[in-house]
Amino acid sequence: MALRRFRADLHIHTCLSPCGELAMSPRAVVERARAAGLDLIAVTDHNTTENAGAVIEAAADTGLAVLPGIEITTAEEVHILGLFEAGTDLRPFQAEVYRNLPDVPAKMKFVSDQVIVDAADYVTGFCPRCLFGATRFSVQEAVDLIHFYGGLAVACHVDRESFSIISQLGFIPPGLGLEAVEVSPRLGPDEARREFGSSDRLPVVRFSDAHKPEEIGMAATDLLVEGPGLEEIRLALAGKDGRKVILS
Amino acid sequence: MTLSDLATRLDLKVFTSATPLDRPVNGGYASDLLSDVIGHARKDDVWVTMQVHPNIVAVAVLKDLAGIVLVGSRVPAPETLVQAEREKVPVLGTVLGTFEVAGRLYGLGVKGS
Repeated sequence: MALRRFRADLHIHTCLSPCGELAMSPRAVVERARAAGLDLIAVTDHNTTENAGAVIEAAADTGLAVLPGIEITTAEEVHILGLFEAGTDLRPFQAEVYRNLPDVPAKMKFVSDQVIVDAADYVTGFCPRCLFGATRFSVQEAVDLIHFYGGLAVACHVDRESFSIISQLGFIPPGLGLEAVEVSPRLGPDEARREFGSSDRLPVVRFSDAHKPEEIGMAATDLLVEGPGLEEIRLALAGKDGRKVILS
Repeated sequence: MTLSDLATRLDLKVFTSATPLDRPVNGGYASDLLSDVIGHARKDDVWVTMQVHPNIVAVAVLKDLAGIVLVGSRVPAPETLVQAEREKVPVLGTVLGTFEVAGRLYGLGVKGS
């Protein structure tokens, strides 16, 4: 198989995130991602993977590849993205995350409903616990847990002043085992390279962190890979076997 | 005022056992954003925080802080303690929250900038 460029936005919320719009339903996410010219997306709600399966199903036969993921809030209030291979049984992973998320009831005022949906956008339930809170995992524990389930760990929006590993911890602790650092759409590709290009020699990626349909694809990163599977992405982030990240 | 004086007056728990507490304290800073501490804490400040990650030791060394006080009964991560002893950064703790311990420190004459 030949290498080709996959346009990837691997940080997208759905209506399950407390700050995600209700309009972020599986069909809307898939439709908007395709319209934005994306080949590959990941569903990364706050502290939960429960809507990922619905988006994967909604994208079946559309040509859009979808990975299940999560955006974990660590005890230090650092956001860490976990990206997994489609088809991974994430139920034990999710149970572990919920066990380590303080059982604060979701408040329905000021945050939007945490809506669990199916692939046809039907509401199947509401997540009863507040997903906005921080888990008890340290950054290292979160990275290790993601790795245990075969995932890739990415430090989120390191250019931002909140929930970034750099804002919370001053600098990226060496030896964490992160696969990449992500910058927000606020930084262009050149700025991202200049400011974070040497971050612990980690590759830099730009994703949208979309909470609304129109934000999907606002920032994306090209991956030169054979296909959209997780192992190909892993190789691209590591710059191995001809695979690479093209920040553009 | 030394850290040892503060530990006695405020009944602080001392986590580091091999690091002396005789260092004078000239001021205080309270923040949980390490990037903010890097930007604004001053040499010889005692730093009040709820962060327990090993990076707090690196920040204390970088800013030449007098010591760290962990609030709300938090305990340093094991690696934090190892690094603190190695770098001779005193790590103390209290059951009090940030607001209360900062107020009591201020009452003892430890001021911010």
